Amino acid sequence: MTRVAAPKLFLLLALALAAVYLFPLYWMYATSLKGASEIFANPPTFWPRDPDFSIFPATWERRTMDTFLWNSLVIATGVTTLTVLLGTGCAYVLARYRNPWIDIGLFAILMLQVLPASVMITPLYVGFNQLGLLDYPRTAVIIAAAGKSIPFYIVLVRATFMSVPSELEEAALVDGNSRWGAFFFIVLPLARNGILVLAILTFMQAFGEYIYSKSIITTQSLQPASVGLSGFLGPNSTDWNGIMAYAAMYVTPIILVFVILQRRIVSGLTSGALK
Amino acid sequence: MRRILSSITDGKGFDLILVGVTMLFLFALAGIPLVYNVVMSFQQVDMFNLNTFSRPFAGLENYIAIVSQPEFWLVIRNTAIFVFGSIAGQFIFGFALAIFFMMSFPFASTIRGLFLVSWVMPGLVVGALWGWILAGDFGVLNAILRGLGVIDGTMFWKSDPNLSIWAVTIANIWLGLAFNMMLLSVGLAGIPRDLYEAAELDGANGWQRFTTITLPMMRSTIGAVLALGLIYTLQQFDLFPAITEGGPANSSNVAQYWAWQWSFQLFDFAKGATVSVMMLIFVLVASIVYVRSTRHEVRG
Repeated sequence: MTRVAAPKLFLLLALALAAVYLFPLYWMYATSLKGASEIFANPPTFWPRDPDFSIFPATWERRTMDTFLWNSLVIATGVTTLTVLLGTGCAYVLARYRNPWIDIGLFAILMLQVLPASVMITPLYVGFNQLGLLDYPRTAVIIAAAGKSIPFYIVLVRATFMSVPSELEEAALVDGNSRWGAFFFIVLPLARNGILVLAILTFMQAFGEYIYSKSIITTQSLQPASVGLSGFLGPNSTDWNGIMAYAAMYVTPIILVFVILQRRIVSGLTSGALK
Repeated sequence: MRRILSSITDGKGFDLILVGVTMLFLFALAGIPLVYNVVMSFQQVDMFNLNTFSRPFAGLENYIAIVSQPEFWLVIRNTAIFVFGSIAGQFIFGFALAIFFMMSFPFASTIRGLFLVSWVMPGLVVGALWGWILAGDFGVLNAILRGLGVIDGTMFWKSDPNLSIWAVTIANIWLGLAFNMMLLSVGLAGIPRDLYEAAELDGANGWQRFTTITLPMMRSTIGAVLALGLIYTLQQFDLFPAITEGGPANSSNVAQYWAWQWSFQLFDFAKGATVSVMMLIFVLVASIVYVRSTRHEVRG
């Protein structure tokens, strides 16, 4: 092996590893295009014999995916809005100072980040029930899910704010800006990219939210796509090409956004060193 | 009044408002529920008193009832398999891939970034994909394993009580591997190159360089990644309803899914709260390890 050949060999190996790792995604698209009898072929066909694209509109229609996806959009938009509104300012203050109080605040946020949703759902559900919030199930889910995503958002956006030089803000203050002015016109524009990437990430996570929606939303017309998918999924499922078609239509937008913004998302995630 | 107003526009008041509103929100949605959860685990909760706060005190009754459930130890065992299996798998594969992608070849970081697709996908979709891949008679994993000559017959991943917890664990390893790899890559990138060059000049081989440079330099990263792995594995819920629903006969049930079943399938909220409280103790231990090992990075 010469020194010139090695990088190419590594590239081939890397592509092979990626292909193996991403095989489940390929299998999702491949299965969705197979006919009802071909999915049960043994051994399975690795390439659909005659791809049938009519499964997509059919599944969309039969599973009322427009309602489900609309609800997912509503919930994800609500969660993202609430998270950005509440999280950005808090992250900024936590990035700007260093004193014991800030450390306590950070510690509290890190601890909140680790609480499993499956632990929180029982008290949240009972509490929401007592407050009458369950009559507005989507709002209840938005509030609950925002409580889960804000700590994560704060930790990462704080890292973005720390990279904004504080001299710029001080100069703005000397020039007669108020704290609000300096925050909105100097600091926020400089941190815009990081905030945008993390807002998108928050949106993608809320778009796939399941446990809160499943527990809180009982009216089918208000449920998001994740709960809709669970409706025909279980240990004894047989309608696999339908399930895969549903899954494909559900995740393709997410995958596309991810691939387009891949570089920014990865650097946004890793800039906070370890989350 | 003027002083308060000017403090809000120009002084500490500005900071206090920004932090205070958020902290109040988080306190209402995490702090209070957390306490309420512990309170409920000592109460008798049924459909009739669900809407009131004055419920009969139950003492340790809920805890005794949970521990004496016939499936209690099975759930503990499954949770342990799921947690340690997932962490070990994610960490070992993630570390190997992270080291591989540190080598310089074209498109290394782009290809590595693609792996993270698994992490942004909804958990339920990942569960659906693996539920289909792991299907017994028609699943592609069995076909591949048979083709490679690893197995002869058919592995009923989802319906065999001895395998079902592993089915979910495999799916979770796939789901979390990329994130582990990404965090470990960050740690690897932080090790100064010249350390390796010096070691190479001194005649250290690859394995020696790994054990004497990489591992010691990565200590805090590895600690944080393992603690995060524990935290995320205990948070993992979506795969269970999607793949096995905890079955067959609780053979793949874990604490987080069991807690949910108590509350939302059996409507026994007190028992659900009890299982949650027991689980929370583990989460808190893990999070203390995590917070301690990330303190330096997070403080910046």
